[in-house]
Amino acid sequence: MQTHVTQTPVATTQRVPLVQLRDIQVSFGGVRAVRGVTIDLYAGEVVGLVGGNGAGKTTLMRTLSGARPPDSGQILVNGQPVTIGNPRDAKALGIETIYQTLALADNLDAPANVFLGREVTASATLDDAAMESATRKVIARLNPNLKNFKTPVLRLSGGQRQAVAIARAIHFNARILIMDEPTAALGPAETAQVHSLIKQLKSEGIGIFLVSHDIHDVFDLSERISVMYHGGLVGTVNKDAVTVDQVLGMIILGKPPTNLTSQDLAELHG
Amino acid sequence: MGVSVPTEAAPESGSRSTLSAVVAPITGALRLLEVDTRLLGMLGALLIIWFGFNILSGGTFLSPRNLWNLSVQSASIAIMATGMVLIIVSRNIDLSVGSMLGFLGYTMAMIQAVFIPNDLGFGHEQPFIWIVTLVLGIALGALVGGLQGFVVAYGGVPSFIVTLGGLLVWRGLIFRYAQGQTIAPLESTFQMLGGGTVGTRVGALGEWPSWTVGLVMCLAIVYLQIASRRRRRRYGFPVRPMWAEGLVGAVSCGAVLGVVWVANSYPLPVNVALQYAEEHGITVPPEGLFIPTGVAFPVVIMLIVTLVVTFLATRRRFGRYVYAIGGNPDAAALAGINVRRTIMLSFALMGSLAAISAAVQTARLNAAVTNLGVQNELDVISAAVIGGTSFSGGIGTVPGAILGAVVMQSLRSGMVLLLVDSPTQDIVVGLVLVAAVGLDTFVRRGVR
Repeated sequence: MQTHVTQTPVATTQRVPLVQLRDIQVSFGGVRAVRGVTIDLYAGEVVGLVGGNGAGKTTLMRTLSGARPPDSGQILVNGQPVTIGNPRDAKALGIETIYQTLALADNLDAPANVFLGREVTASATLDDAAMESATRKVIARLNPNLKNFKTPVLRLSGGQRQAVAIARAIHFNARILIMDEPTAALGPAETAQVHSLIKQLKSEGIGIFLVSHDIHDVFDLSERISVMYHGGLVGTVNKDAVTVDQVLGMIILGKPPTNLTSQDLAELHG
Repeated sequence: MGVSVPTEAAPESGSRSTLSAVVAPITGALRLLEVDTRLLGMLGALLIIWFGFNILSGGTFLSPRNLWNLSVQSASIAIMATGMVLIIVSRNIDLSVGSMLGFLGYTMAMIQAVFIPNDLGFGHEQPFIWIVTLVLGIALGALVGGLQGFVVAYGGVPSFIVTLGGLLVWRGLIFRYAQGQTIAPLESTFQMLGGGTVGTRVGALGEWPSWTVGLVMCLAIVYLQIASRRRRRRYGFPVRPMWAEGLVGAVSCGAVLGVVWVANSYPLPVNVALQYAEEHGITVPPEGLFIPTGVAFPVVIMLIVTLVVTFLATRRRFGRYVYAIGGNPDAAALAGINVRRTIMLSFALMGSLAAISAAVQTARLNAAVTNLGVQNELDVISAAVIGGTSFSGGIGTVPGAILGAVVMQSLRSGMVLLLVDSPTQDIVVGLVLVAAVGLDTFVRRGVR
């Protein structure tokens, strides 16, 4: 029912999108978690991806990060069709992901986590000093409070762990960044830090998918907002063209803004 | 300070019990030394066990003879424990090591006593037999272990089940192809791997080679310290104070040279020494002949294995991935690590280590018997666990497992000296195993 796609014309249409997700489908057993979703992402923009619990946001993003290849559909990067079969393929394309769970190996220290899977080696042995040096540099930009580079990340605070996860994504010159609930576990100061980081990355021309529950965060940071409902895409809207209520209507009722009645809006406000 | 609120910024300074107030200065000094406090605790426990048994046995326990035997007895379990650490760290288990050891030991005995001399017609006592046998054994071990690892990693069958099956299968195969026969004798050079004596040949390094090896190891320790210091300096990282560096180096070197000194304090048996003197035209002095035995070959093998596996575990991607998988398997996969391949390789490594232990044990017995390695899996797992390897994954060290093996063997050896019967030994070792892990869990909860 929510299969129709609202193509909102944006100022950037002349350029080739950084990422094009075309008719992506993912099923788990009999459950269709993502049902034919099409979304574009341009360089230097943030696309907010919102929707209720189980709407399929994370599953859709996992197809792009290589964690779960799609059952059908096509992914294009810079206009070229690509196959992303595993996380390594994604990273090779410059796609980095900050997972909601952070995906850290708790028993390893910060440098080992930042370089996990991409270790720096010198004559076939791990060059821990080089990795620590690079980690110190990138972390200093994110969270100057983090100074324990030799302790397991298990012993770090929530904000420091988040910094390690972000450091891992940005150190390798990502072109496309997926941030899944990047501020869900953070306090106000740390949230502000992440916000300014997102703005900075955007200005560097990185395209960002921002998955979030927090509608205000999304309005704050995104250019466009894509709303998912029960695995389908309700629509992608220009942030400046809609109100918070209209987006809430899309999230909760699964109706595009044009189909939203005044009765619906009244219901939203209970 | 009425209510203590855990501070977000520095959670590691959260513990404020009286116990930690007492040990705080000590742990501060230890932090400067940058040594593993768990390892240090285990060393302390080992010294208590040693001196305790020494007093109870009236000085017999710490005699060169007993310590030399203890080192040889610990070696075969310690060799396998280094691999078991990596298996358990990656949240798996290998129950089949005892049966694999039996199967591989049998195969190596057949290769050197039947296949090469009879089937291939080279005859017994060829100089190449021992090395060909050992290399084939290690390769077969990697294959057998790797096969189990393949079923675990790619088949998705839990390692407990796969290796429980392996425990039965490999033991059963021994009876299938040897009909319960004992295969003996083994080739004489191969026998040296067990640390025994054949005529005047001794399975040990002898006096001066032992000192040489000890000195080379000392130089290596100092070199590694300097290299690591220089590297950290180059990046402008803090280095530990010179006194701490010197203390760590001196203690490590002292331990190495101490082992050599003890091994060289153990003389060859009288009849071997007399025969040796006769062959080399040495006149026997009236007070008797003292020819130092030196470090036993099984111990030399154990040291080499320890170095190699420690290198794999801490300096290579393979080891880093094993620990990452143990810490968080999902994170490892999302980081692009080939989790399945890593798991399979860890089981292959375990198999080849079982082959090395099999060589040591059969060489020492000068025979392959059907119950070779029975219950070794329990000793190996216990050694790893006493050595601080955690079943929840991600935690454990190779040197810890070596210490664990020595602790276990020290308990057994000490109780034998005190004429404690075998069932009681089992009871004590079992209780110590549980107590060690319980204490470790308790301490770690307190620290965190």
